[in-house]
Amino acid sequence: MGKQTPLYEAHVAAGAKIVDFGGWDMPIHYGSQIKEHEKVRSDSGIFDVSHMTVVDLNGAKVKDFLRYLLANNVDRLKQQGKALYSCMLKEDGGVIDDLIVYYVNDDFFRMVVNASTREKDLAWIKQHAKDFDVSVNERDDLAMIAVQGPNAREKVNAVIGDKAATAGELGAFFIAIFDDNWAIARTGYTGEDGYELMLPNEAAADFWNACIEQGVSPIGLGARDTLRLEAGMNLYGSDMDETTSPLESALGWTIAWEPEERDFIGRKVLEAQRAEGVKQKLVGLILEDKGVLRNHQSVLVDGLESGEITSGSFAPTMGKAIAFARVSANIGDQAKVDIRGKHLDVRVVKPPFVRNGKACI
Amino acid sequence: MSNVPSELRYTKSHEWVRREDDGSVTIGITEHAQDLLGDLVFVETPEAGSTYATGDDCAVVESVKAASDVYSPLSGEITAGNDTLADTPEVINTDPYGEGWIFKMTLADEGELDGLMDATAYAEQIAAED
Repeated sequence: MGKQTPLYEAHVAAGAKIVDFGGWDMPIHYGSQIKEHEKVRSDSGIFDVSHMTVVDLNGAKVKDFLRYLLANNVDRLKQQGKALYSCMLKEDGGVIDDLIVYYVNDDFFRMVVNASTREKDLAWIKQHAKDFDVSVNERDDLAMIAVQGPNAREKVNAVIGDKAATAGELGAFFIAIFDDNWAIARTGYTGEDGYELMLPNEAAADFWNACIEQGVSPIGLGARDTLRLEAGMNLYGSDMDETTSPLESALGWTIAWEPEERDFIGRKVLEAQRAEGVKQKLVGLILEDKGVLRNHQSVLVDGLESGEITSGSFAPTMGKAIAFARVSANIGDQAKVDIRGKHLDVRVVKPPFVRNGKACI
Repeated sequence: MSNVPSELRYTKSHEWVRREDDGSVTIGITEHAQDLLGDLVFVETPEAGSTYATGDDCAVVESVKAASDVYSPLSGEITAGNDTLADTPEVINTDPYGEGWIFKMTLADEGELDGLMDATAYAEQIAAED
C-alpha cells in the first residue's frame, strides 16, 4: 500500500480505479477516462493533486534567493498574489523540476513542485536557501485540489462562503491566501479556466463532497494527462528531465535572459547553448492516420531517425492521436512515426492543440 | 464480478472464442480485458486470408492508456476482421461479446478447441488475479 491523500476514501467511494503513482495510491479514473476528459472541457471536473509538494519560503532575502534559484525571474511578478511558471536547473542546464511559484508578499513565496521529484527538490532548495537565510517549510498539512472547466469557478464559488468574494475577483494566474490556511489560485494544468486550492487536510473531504454536490465530476490522473497534453503543457520526467535543457524542451519562453547581470543556476550553460543553437527541440505531432502515438516511438524524416516521442496519447477533444516529440531542430512540417514497424504520417505543429474546449490547430 | 458467458471458450490472455454453426470461430476480448484496458480508441484487425498459429499476435487493441496485443487462440485462416471497429472501437467496451468481436477464422485443427478454458476455469483465473 502506498501513501494516501486525505481524499483516498472519497475516491474509493466514487468507484475510482486506484493505481500506484510515484508511491501514492491515486485514482487513475472513475470509470471512463474519456468521459472525464470531456466533462472538464465542457463543464467542470475536480482533481485530487494532494500528492504534489507545497513548499513555503520565508525570509527577508527570499526574492534574492529565487532570482538565483530559478531560470525565470520573480522580478516579473509586480503584484502580490501573482504566480510564475519556472524551471529549476542544475549548473549544466538540465531541468531538476518545473514548478509554480506564488508571490505572497516580499518575505513569503509559495512554491508547488512535482510529487515524483519531492526529495531531490527539497534537498536542492534547502542547500541553496542556507546562503540567503530563507526558511523552507513543506506544507504536508495542506491538501491540494484542482477544479477545472468552463463552469468550475462558478461552482466552487457557490460552496466556499465568504471566500467567494475574494476568489471571484482573482485574475488569471493569481492566488489569494486566507487566514485559515486556505489558498485559492486561478491556475491549472488543463488549458481550461478554474482554480487550484490548497486547504487543510481535515477540510479536504468536505470541500470535495460539496463540489460533487454542485455537479462537479471527479477526474482521475488519466484524464489529467490527456488534458495537459492537449493544452500543450509539459510533464516533468517525460518531456524534460535532468538530461535536457529548457531550450530543447519548448521551455525557452520560461527563461528570463534580462537583466543580463542576474546570475541564476544554469545561466552560463544556457547562454552558450543559445549562442551555439541547440540540435534538438520539442515539437507537437498530430497523427494523420488512425492509430495512437505513444511515448518512445521513433520519429522519422526521409527514413532517418529524427528523434522520439516524449508524451503521446489519443486526444479525446480532437478524436485523433497527438504527441510531443524531441526531434532534430531543423525538422520540417511533415514526418513519420514508427508504430509497430509501420511508418505513419504525422504533421509537425507548435502546441497547444486545444484551447478553451476546442481544437486550435 | 465480470460477465463470463458460459457458452464461450477462453484463453489465459483474455480472448474469448465462440464456435459458430458452420464450424468457424469468432474471437474477441473479454469483458474483464476491456475493463483492464479502459476506453478503447483504436483497433487493428487481421486481414482476411492471412494465417496464424496458436499464440501469434494477430490484432492490436489500444486504449487511451496502452496498446495491447491480441493473440490468436487457435491455428487457422482469418475469414474476416471486424471493420466497424475502425470507426467505433468503443463497442468493445460496451458489447465485448457481441458487436465488439474482433475477427473470425476457420480452424486448421478443431481439436485445439479442447485446449481452451471453459467459463468456470476462466472465471477462476480472473478471480485469482484480483
